[in-house]
Amino acid sequence: MMQQLIIYPLLFQLFLSIVLMFFWNKINAQKVISITGSIIAVLLSSYVFYYVWENGTQKVNAGSWDAPFGIVFVADTLAVTLVLLTALSGLAVSIFSAGSVIKDRLRFGYFPIFHFLLLGLTGAFLTGDLFNLYVWFEIIIISSFVLITIGGEKAQLEGAVKYFTLNILASTIFLTAIAVLYGLTGSLNMADLAGKVAAVENRGLVEVAAILFLIGFGTKASIFPLYFWLPASYHTPPAAVSAIFGGLLTKVGVYALIRVFTLIFVGDVFLGEILMVLAILTIFSGGVGALVQNNVRKVFSYLIICHIGYMIAGLGMFTEIAISGVIFYLIHDIMVKTNLFMVSGIIFKIKSSNSMRALGGFYANYPNLSLLIFIPLFSLVGIPPLSGFWPKISLIGEGFATENYWTVAAIVFASFITLVIIAKLWAEVFWKDAKEIPEKPKFEYFSDISKAKKTQFILPIVFLSLISLYIGFGAEHIQLLSSRIANELMNSEQYIDTVLNNS
Amino acid sequence: MKTIILRTASNYLLPVLLLFSIFILLRGHYLPGGGFVGGLIAAIAFVLHSFANGLKNTKSLLRFHPGFLMPAGLALSFFSGLSPIIFAGDPFMTGLWYHGHVPVLGSVGSALFFDMGVYLVVVGVTLTIIFTISEAP
Repeated sequence: MMQQLIIYPLLFQLFLSIVLMFFWNKINAQKVISITGSIIAVLLSSYVFYYVWENGTQKVNAGSWDAPFGIVFVADTLAVTLVLLTALSGLAVSIFSAGSVIKDRLRFGYFPIFHFLLLGLTGAFLTGDLFNLYVWFEIIIISSFVLITIGGEKAQLEGAVKYFTLNILASTIFLTAIAVLYGLTGSLNMADLAGKVAAVENRGLVEVAAILFLIGFGTKASIFPLYFWLPASYHTPPAAVSAIFGGLLTKVGVYALIRVFTLIFVGDVFLGEILMVLAILTIFSGGVGALVQNNVRKVFSYLIICHIGYMIAGLGMFTEIAISGVIFYLIHDIMVKTNLFMVSGIIFKIKSSNSMRALGGFYANYPNLSLLIFIPLFSLVGIPPLSGFWPKISLIGEGFATENYWTVAAIVFASFITLVIIAKLWAEVFWKDAKEIPEKPKFEYFSDISKAKKTQFILPIVFLSLISLYIGFGAEHIQLLSSRIANELMNSEQYIDTVLNNS
Repeated sequence: MKTIILRTASNYLLPVLLLFSIFILLRGHYLPGGGFVGGLIAAIAFVLHSFANGLKNTKSLLRFHPGFLMPAGLALSFFSGLSPIIFAGDPFMTGLWYHGHVPVLGSVGSALFFDMGVYLVVVGVTLTIIFTISEAP
């Protein structure tokens, strides 16, 4: 039973959603099950992480079909790290949902679908098969579509249509890319493809497949010019849903890009340059977009795009240190972005508004809460020693080493513009004098809710802020982890050997 | 659509269609068929019954909300996938087979239970969707 350890986090999420479906109408029971289950999922993922850290890459042949033919699940250090981060944000958002999502939404199966989403994410990180990756992406899309529309407000449906159209288009392109690759090599196993793609003589078609993958995953990761669905939809659903979307959905696109471009299409100079140009444009368009927004959640949405640029830039440079910077940034970003959308939820709960111009006076009224929110906000900016600072050292240093001065300029610009935006947000929302916002009659304000519910709002933010602080102050550990991941990614022989060795 | 012909016919068609759906389900292992198609046919049986006799009668015939079949079917499929881990120590979804001849069925394995789970989920989903739509004013 221990050989299959790595797929237990995945099976557990599935089990959890099935159990939750049996309690369809019992919302309070669902809350308890979801939170307890998420805690168990964190423990389980931590153990899997520890196991893989100690014993190296593990794999499971699903259905006992041997590697290049059947579906394999592979847990290298990158996969288990992301599975652990998924479980951590899953736990935070699960607690936050219990407090913040209204009954009318919970009644329609919010929690089961939420755990189906986590199942899809966990599966996407663990699978070693391209078509299976597509299937997990479908599970992610379908459950996210339910989550984004649940409640059925007009704005929500409008956002959901944009979200769904572009994402389903991206999936189709991804599927086309798989078809092209399968036609060329006759294989879908990523490790097997690594060898076979390198041996294909028709390089033009390989390039086409690579670009199709870039477009498919790029849309999901919201890189320039395919990001428009993101700011159009992420501010519409409840904050808890935005939190899990903002933290993980775009990152799974980045993960897929990292996996495909370090394993299958390796060392393509043309592709590296395209990635670099796209990264610079992504950084600029996201940064400038965030600067002109007034809605707090739209600001955060544009900042997601801006910071995706960092990771794509690192991937474009394609050196071991740059990749380690990307991984470090990925780890930091998942925690901080999940946290920030929960922060936007708590701001909305207190004042029933997310407009920066209308808000104000938080620091005077809620000093402790403001200091708590200070941590994720300024981790995002990357003021040393908070967590956003460290990965930029690797990225900027490597930009100089590989003489990509434009990329360095873009990264510096992005850090600067993030600082400006967050400083503006801090000044407007926290320091400015409070303004009178007309009270909404049916709105349940933060000051009216019970103490237990307040805890459910605050606790996840504290939890993720502590992790962010750990990433900042324990940067040495995270750097060790990301260097090891980068090393594994750059020397993919070990991954390939583990997958294809069926003895 | 409450014609006497349809009403009389649907009473006989319901068991026949249900039997046919089970036949399709069992046929699925080596030949065209399986849980998905079987589930659709079973759902059609109930839909036809509700056309002829009204939604209320079909619901009282079913006794429970068809939505319950979704988690039940999922659980069945899940545990059939899990059974090799529990009983044999093999990876998830490995087929476990009973090596003996079972009359009518042929051979029985964990794949059959997986398909039965799919069958239940499909019946549950289809009926939930159709009942919800026809309930709407």
